[in-house]
Amino acid sequence: MTHEDLPCQDLVELLTDFFEGALETETHAAVERHLVWCEWCATYTDQLRRTVEVTGTLRGSDVPAPMLDVLVDAFRRLRGG
Amino acid sequence: MEDGDLVTALRAGDEGAFRALVERYHPAMFRVASFYVPSRAVAEEVVQETWLAVVEGLDRFEGRSSLKTWLFRILANRARSRGVLERRAVPFSTVGADDDDPTVAPERFRGPGHLWAGHWSDPPRRWSDVPAERLQDAETRAAVVDAIRELPPHQREVITLRDVEGWTAEEVCSALDITSGNQRVLLHRARARVRSALEQRFSEGVQV
Repeated sequence: MTHEDLPCQDLVELLTDFFEGALETETHAAVERHLVWCEWCATYTDQLRRTVEVTGTLRGSDVPAPMLDVLVDAFRRLRGG
Repeated sequence: MEDGDLVTALRAGDEGAFRALVERYHPAMFRVASFYVPSRAVAEEVVQETWLAVVEGLDRFEGRSSLKTWLFRILANRARSRGVLERRAVPFSTVGADDDDPTVAPERFRGPGHLWAGHWSDPPRRWSDVPAERLQDAETRAAVVDAIRELPPHQREVITLRDVEGWTAEEVCSALDITSGNQRVLLHRARARVRSALEQRFSEGVQV
């Protein structure tokens, strides 16, 4: 399989499967080869990775504390421990 | 304490176990809720209601799914209903809700018959011009939040659980009752849209 067998337009649809290791061996290898020579697809792939990274930082954002007293009251009443 | 042991303790009325449960899952539940509803205040309400429903529903939890999945389902039901009620404030994308559409616009590639059919004609521009601090600053994160909020609900759920909350693929498939293939399709579409939103943001030139 040469790099011509995997046009950029098809590759961009395969990237999540690629990251997840869900592609067939040959297809996975074709994606890898394509990314070596195609700077644009390499850029797109990198951007997709960075998007995942930034999305992960949302986990660090400030979360308001739960109103524990209310919840524990309800728990006590209902569970009677 | 493992979730399974927590459930046993909870059913026995162990208050410490309940506090531990809330501490463990509250942050993730808040983040998930906040993608459905327009404000922190409403998200807080949704999560608070969810916890009360959890307390009430403990006896009905049969342990066939994981505790995490069960919590999420209760939360998702409430968040979705509330989100529908508040919908005016949150843009709801109907375009491409049932996508078979490609995730990158076909116009960005050479058409069939061209010597380089299928290759980029309007390629992505590198983000290396964007300073690293900007790539992860508060505004960029807000742009990601907005993009996620505008996703069709199933895509929104998958990207939130996988990429924001770090759940495994198996956990997401279990929580949403979808196949792994379906999960990957939804995740791919969601990520592509968020990337596209960031691309637009970074090609807008220097921000003040």
